[in-house]
Amino acid sequence: MKKFLILITILLLLSGCSGSWGWYVVNPTTSSGWINLKFMAFGAYYTILISVTAILISVVVGLLVALPGLSEKRSWRMFNRTYVEIVRSVPILVLILWVYYGLPTVSGITLSVFWAGVLALALSDSAFQAEIFRAGIQSIGRGQYEAAQSISLNYKDTMRYIILPQAIRRILPALGNQLVYMLKMSSLVSVIGLQELTRKANELVVSEYRPLEIYTILVLEYLVLILIVSAGVRWFERRLKASDT
Amino acid sequence: MNIISMCNVSKFFEDFRALNSVSLDVALGERVVICGPSGSGKSTLIRCINGLEAHESGEIVVDGTTLTADLADLEKVRGTVGMVFQQFNLFPHLTVLDNLCLGPRRVLGLTQAAARERAMTYLDRVQISEQADKFPRQLSGGQQQRVAIARSLCMEPRILLFDEPTSALDPEMIAEVLEVMTELASSGITMIVVTHEMGFARRVADRMVFMDKGEIVEVGAPEDVFNMPKSKRFAQFIKQILNH
Repeated sequence: MKKFLILITILLLLSGCSGSWGWYVVNPTTSSGWINLKFMAFGAYYTILISVTAILISVVVGLLVALPGLSEKRSWRMFNRTYVEIVRSVPILVLILWVYYGLPTVSGITLSVFWAGVLALALSDSAFQAEIFRAGIQSIGRGQYEAAQSISLNYKDTMRYIILPQAIRRILPALGNQLVYMLKMSSLVSVIGLQELTRKANELVVSEYRPLEIYTILVLEYLVLILIVSAGVRWFERRLKASDT
Repeated sequence: MNIISMCNVSKFFEDFRALNSVSLDVALGERVVICGPSGSGKSTLIRCINGLEAHESGEIVVDGTTLTADLADLEKVRGTVGMVFQQFNLFPHLTVLDNLCLGPRRVLGLTQAAARERAMTYLDRVQISEQADKFPRQLSGGQQQRVAIARSLCMEPRILLFDEPTSALDPEMIAEVLEVMTELASSGITMIVVTHEMGFARRVADRMVFMDKGEIVEVGAPEDVFNMPKSKRFAQFIKQILNH
């Protein structure tokens, strides 16, 4: 897999050395190319920051929305369903635009570009997180609850010490998926002007007129970022697995 | 003095009558064995005692507390009643020691050191202290069930309920679990055991209860009911179970 990816990358780069490609815009051996590359790479700061902030918030919100979905009370379950169905059906891009341009008019709260982006991404993702957590918690057998009850553990402790640790182990691949998804979706925040990877690339394209090369670099930037995250998630999964065998 | 008193307890699952006006008193320190064909309501009966199942009518009083839907009452009763399950229900993500320490620490408020000491005492008692740092899946079924017994004991209950504790075990592991239970029985703790192990019942029980179709059909000392079953259904049941 790794070799294959490296091969593709090299082929792409080599093919650009002849013909109509103009790699000079991002050639690290020239000073202007190096400056352009650095300009693009610094976008990673906001891409990572906004994705991580949003995912942390959405995991917490998702869990808080998932719990009433497991309740025996119908009204609580209705709250869960309503939240999930409504939030899930708004496209992320629309949510970003609405939070940034619409929310200040409605509520008088003006958010910075960064926090508007975090809010929209986290809100959107939280509906998916809620479903993931609900599925994970539901997969834990009744026997675990009964054992917890038989030693008088209350609901909070049962969730904290018995159910969630097991549920999270099971949903870890899905949570990793959401993190990757979030990193990609953060590119949409470029439309309201956050200086993340995609926005930087767009700005460079406007001044250099070399979309092909610059967007190729952008693709590679996301590829590298997400491969690193995937490796991290897998490492974490392995570590959790090793800790209980 | 009766530590458990059940009066006209009924319980339905949809249309199915799991318990039909069952009355049973258990004295402090008594060892009761409940047997009966599957679906006779014996598991439901003991699950009602610690509120894992809610009964629909009748009254259950455990150690002076009447069981209601009120969570405070339930928690009070569960504090005095321990339970051992057919499927062990150990917490798979925790080590044996952590399985045992969780209740004492979070419910009884013991310190880590005190909980640990108590856990080791009971692990010793079920003869498995050398497995303290392993995870449940690394143990055999018999060992897991002994850990589950020790986990209940760590809460120092006055009553222990056993819900078919050996039914999920391979034959060669049944003996080690029964041995631990026999030792417990001699310690004076009140025990209610749902089981098909008639040898164990004969040795240990003060009283045998035979259930069928949600009702208590026959109650008596083991030597009496085994030798001279009063009801035809119980006679048939013993015959089947002893002949197989």
